[in-house]
Amino acid sequence: MLYREAGQYKSTYRGDQAIFPIAQDRFGLFVLLAVAFVAVPLVANEYWLRSILVPFLVYSLAALGLNILTGYAGQVSLGSAGFMAVGAFAAYNLAIRLDLPFYVYLPLAGLITAAVGIVFGLPSLRIKGFYLVVTTLAAHFFIEWIFTKVPWFTNYTPSGVISAPTMVLAGIVLDSPMERYLVTLVIVALLTLAAKNMVRSAIGRAWMAVRDMDVAAEIIGIPMLKTKLLAFAISSFYLGIAGALWAFVYLGAVDAQAFDLARAFQILFMIIIGGLGSILGSFLGAGFIVLLPIAITNLAALFGGAIHANTLANLEHVVFGSLIVIFLIVEPYGLARLWQIGKEKLRLWPFPH
Amino acid sequence: MTSSGRVIGDVLLQVDNISLSFGGVRALTDVSFDIRQHEIGAIIGPNGAGKSSMLNCINGFYHPQAGTITYKGMARKQMRPHEAAAQGVARTFQNIALFKGMTVLDNIMTGRLLKMRQNFFMQALYWGPAQREEIKHREHVERIIDFLEIQAIRKMPAGRLPYGLQKRVELGRALAAEPDLLLLDEPMAGMNVEEKEDMCRFILDVNDEFGTTIVLIEHDMGVVMDISDRVVVLDYGRKIADGKPDDVRSDQRVIDAYLGVSH
Amino acid sequence: MDWLFFTKVLIGGLLSGVMYSLVALGYVLIFKASGVFNFAQGALVLFAALTFVSIVEGFGSKAPGDLVFWIAMVLTLVAMVAVAIGTERFVLRPLVNQPLIVLFMATLGLNNFLEGAAQGIWGNDVHRLEIGISERPIDVLAALGLSATPSRAASTSGPPAASAPTAATAAAPAEEGTSPDDEEIKIEVVETGPVVAQSGLLVSQFDLFAAATAGLLVTSLALFFNYTRIGRALRAVADDHQAALSVGIPLQHVWAIVWAAAGLVALVAGLLWGSRLGVQFSLSLVVLKALPVLIVGGFTSIAGAIVGGLVIGATEKLAEVYVGPLIGGAIENWFPYAVATLFLLYRPQGLFGEKIIERV
Repeated sequence: MLYREAGQYKSTYRGDQAIFPIAQDRFGLFVLLAVAFVAVPLVANEYWLRSILVPFLVYSLAALGLNILTGYAGQVSLGSAGFMAVGAFAAYNLAIRLDLPFYVYLPLAGLITAAVGIVFGLPSLRIKGFYLVVTTLAAHFFIEWIFTKVPWFTNYTPSGVISAPTMVLAGIVLDSPMERYLVTLVIVALLTLAAKNMVRSAIGRAWMAVRDMDVAAEIIGIPMLKTKLLAFAISSFYLGIAGALWAFVYLGAVDAQAFDLARAFQILFMIIIGGLGSILGSFLGAGFIVLLPIAITNLAALFGGAIHANTLANLEHVVFGSLIVIFLIVEPYGLARLWQIGKEKLRLWPFPH
Repeated sequence: MTSSGRVIGDVLLQVDNISLSFGGVRALTDVSFDIRQHEIGAIIGPNGAGKSSMLNCINGFYHPQAGTITYKGMARKQMRPHEAAAQGVARTFQNIALFKGMTVLDNIMTGRLLKMRQNFFMQALYWGPAQREEIKHREHVERIIDFLEIQAIRKMPAGRLPYGLQKRVELGRALAAEPDLLLLDEPMAGMNVEEKEDMCRFILDVNDEFGTTIVLIEHDMGVVMDISDRVVVLDYGRKIADGKPDDVRSDQRVIDAYLGVSH
Repeated sequence: MDWLFFTKVLIGGLLSGVMYSLVALGYVLIFKASGVFNFAQGALVLFAALTFVSIVEGFGSKAPGDLVFWIAMVLTLVAMVAVAIGTERFVLRPLVNQPLIVLFMATLGLNNFLEGAAQGIWGNDVHRLEIGISERPIDVLAALGLSATPSRAASTSGPPAASAPTAATAAAPAEEGTSPDDEEIKIEVVETGPVVAQSGLLVSQFDLFAAATAGLLVTSLALFFNYTRIGRALRAVADDHQAALSVGIPLQHVWAIVWAAAGLVALVAGLLWGSRLGVQFSLSLVVLKALPVLIVGGFTSIAGAIVGGLVIGATEKLAEVYVGPLIGGAIENWFPYAVATLFLLYRPQGLFGEKIIERV
């Protein structure tokens, strides 16, 4: 009864093209933002902020980035961890070599990653589908190699692991878990809005057209070069920022090992489980991947004590693996689609039709 | 046939001595014909006669080994499909090539992409000019939706529509580009009689109202003879007849090609 | 240019390429039958090797070694067939006619599942695996009656700087049977083949055995594919699931058989790789070595898997030895991928693949 759109007439195309044309959705979003910006800082403890919410937000951003490339533009990539590493190392070097403030070096790091993304996206003009996975793997291994072999990037630190410089805004050092959380939240919220705008505009339609049928897209006049490279650039921009945040805000250290191939798979799994080609799905998938290990541990505690870290890892593997297969079979559009179906049901409830 | 003062203009598209082969297989041999402005031209022929290949050459998807195609007075070679699209060539496909994951509205909006000028950055902000542009094109697309009578399905994913409606949406996407030359590859294949009649009406209306030149491939001879001004007949990649529907109908070689003849 | 040294590196590369081919074969099998790149092949290798070694260790010394070997072999094969049937039933059958990229992603899930299951059942320990083939080198030139004189060989043995690291990497994993670091994710690329010694080219017996095994597998698979009814059915299925179903090919059986065959190949590869590296998690990452091999050889060709493996093995080793030192070394991880990308750009179907024409 509550989720109804009856009576909400749209008399302009502008109204119909709003992000959330249905009033209840708009209301829901405002509540969510209020919770995220006001309620969470008031109630969440340090553990939640540091170990759950910040990684959740950064993962969401990374998943969003990959979803733009894979879910919307249809270019499957395993290079996401590599691009995150580029963002992290770019931010680090901009910070210590040019002494820039974080609100300058962060977007710059994103732009550098976007440029790298364009270079590694070039093969996508000739290579399609699964084969592109191979070239993005090439990108991943090459990037990983360069950051471990070229000492300039790590500022000649012998271990290759460097602690990230602190972030300062208007003279205040953003150091507490709360401040870190809020900085991440603002960045993620803004970039999410931008992503949503892009996917509902011409560029988003061009990406989806390339994804659904690239030959037809080319014939109706969509320039392949521009569309695909833009997808790589924007996706890499998001991943670069996510990588920089991962290193600076979450880990507090810049380390190539933090961006290994397992990370790339993790992000891919997020968007498969959350929903390919869905903004909401990026968040749902990230939340799922962050919470699942915690849920397994707590469940195990419920049924008799702690479980060994190895067993937990194996159990996670098995659960993830099964879930991916189940989602691909039952609900290829992921959690986001389940959410949508739920809403459809709610529109009719409590009447059967 | 409608005849509300249509004026057949100058030659819009001229195809001269086109030959195309894949490896050793000759798809087209020395084919020439022309299409005039505002005309509805039909390409017919038995299966495998090279009809679709001919359309693919016209919009730049295939590159013929020999011959020239002159469009709007300009001869061209090695044109890419998107360049052809930019010059006002739009088409539909034999096996529907809709973007199945997108809504009908978005599918038709993709037809407007060439006319949208705002860059991705403005689109990311979705502010001012970018928003106005979206709405302007939305209005145009809504006119097409009205014209094709598909208002009720505009927010449905294209992949879930029945075949006949998909063909109609595909026509809508081609029309959204406001083409000068519209290539239709078997627009009525697999349709029932009502759907065919609807489609015929749309084709004639497009030709009449927007003045769009149309080249279509069709197997239904009744339809072809009814709506086209001129018919080109291909057989084994060669042109065997070209002329008004009535002349072609009585051409002995055409009859042979269709009914089969012992050589 | 030191040609003897070059030849040594080349042969070493070719022989490690054979090991890659062994893994790549499993992929080709499944690709031929379903058109999908089975990312889980690496996990199959791990699963097979872990199962085998755990069974052997379970027997301990209660039974004679040979008997244990064969019992473990049979039991592992049964397990692999069970995995194949399970995969067909719960992963492939519900996904018939889905886009290939979806099938590929499903194998990613399967890969995760199998990795977790294998280690969940048998534990995370690194196991030593002994299959009774000596690593002791034999002198190829001597065997061919071409032995060089000691004096000449001594003068032509490679430059110490370049040969020292190769010898080191060869010795560690090969002799101890385990990689020193449990957490190691990267594949230790085993420097097989020739060890610089007094009399010309030396090749380890193990490598020759691996090469012979690969040859045997390839021959039998090729015969199977080209001359049996089931082989023909396989090719039909790969072409079009629906069409194959509609002419009455039992898709389910065909897939189960093919996955079982891939399981067999995985077992062989697992035994050989496992006795080299030790049976541990990193075995499942051989998938990353096989990918470039498949690109170069072509996904549909059994011969391609072999030739691709040789090409990748040889170029990788040559690049590492001759180019690596100039740019910092350890380029073995990405170099094969660079080669593969070049192939994709200029010969996307690989050396032996079939050319694809795009249509609308």
